[in-house]
Amino acid sequence: MTIYGLGLLAACYLAGQLIGEVLGRLIGIDANVGGVGFAMILLILATDKLNRKNLMPPATQQGVLFWTAMYIPVIVAMSATQNVIGAFSGGLMAIVAATIPTAAMFLLVPVLSRMRQNKEKKI
Amino acid sequence: MSSWLEKFFVQNGLVVAFLVVAVIMLVSSFISRRITKKKIPDSAVAIVLGLILAYIGGRIARGTKGIADVTMFSGFGLMGGAMFRDFAVVSTAMGASFDELRKSGLIGVLSLLIGVGGTFALGAVLAVAFGYTDAKSITTIGAGACTFIVGPITGAAIGAESHVIAISIAAGVLKSILVTIATPALAGSLGLNNPQAAMAYGGLMGTTSGVTAGLAATDPKLVPYGAMTATFYTGLGCLLCPSVLYYLVTLATR
Repeated sequence: MTIYGLGLLAACYLAGQLIGEVLGRLIGIDANVGGVGFAMILLILATDKLNRKNLMPPATQQGVLFWTAMYIPVIVAMSATQNVIGAFSGGLMAIVAATIPTAAMFLLVPVLSRMRQNKEKKI
Repeated sequence: MSSWLEKFFVQNGLVVAFLVVAVIMLVSSFISRRITKKKIPDSAVAIVLGLILAYIGGRIARGTKGIADVTMFSGFGLMGGAMFRDFAVVSTAMGASFDELRKSGLIGVLSLLIGVGGTFALGAVLAVAFGYTDAKSITTIGAGACTFIVGPITGAAIGAESHVIAISIAAGVLKSILVTIATPALAGSLGLNNPQAAMAYGGLMGTTSGVTAGLAATDPKLVPYGAMTATFYTGLGCLLCPSVLYYLVTLATR
């Protein structure tokens, strides 16, 4: 049943977000720490286990896959609700503080992902 | 517009948003195929159209939530809000490999530390270059260079002036838009085509909205890996900026 898949996704989402909220509270900050990440790990582990026991028939998977397919439309809706005008009203300081560090981090992407490959070669 | 019709649109807000986004996707697919000859993926076109819609909405309603501030499109606030976004992002994990995540775990942690530390340091140095001399302003602007959540949380925690907090929010939002647009364009030359690179990228960039939108426009299969590290970034930033990093800035500015 499709609703079982949806329920599984909802359970993993809520459990993960709750872990993130509690973790944020424990370290004393007003933010969710890694809630989405914990939820994703739970979903990976749960679907893996259920698959092995043949408890994830295609209909159940549909409950999750529908949301995977809705992911890009949701992101489009999200970009339509960004404060685009506000982003450009912070003046030159905001523009510079956004662009230069971001450009530097972009350049580090190949450095970090290559570092791993080198490590593998040594082993 | 007559008030009963407006009320009708508001009452069915989420469904209105579904319809409008479906039309945007249709138009984007057409633009991608016919005008750019598939050089720009349809999801990238759709996200840019979304940003344009946000600009128009901001112009009309003079609010902060883009098109969602225009009454008849208020359903966008729910469809594009954090709950739906996170729910959809989590669902993408079903196709991800746990082994890949575990193998790149160290890279993920490293990228997060370099991402928050490096971005903050560069933002702080730029604040000094722009003439800010007090530790509170420098720290808040450095935090704003991380994400638009880290900036105001840090600023509020250390008691920065409100115009500096506004700059930090603007910098963070600008960053997420920049990451959204630049990622599909730069992905090829940065080797952003495998799970490890996506995890490093997610940790270095950190803006969840920018990372997920940027990867969606590049290769949807990479979304879960980038989102996995990016989700820890804001929390780490909120932890480090008002504490350790603020302390280091006060030492440096003394």
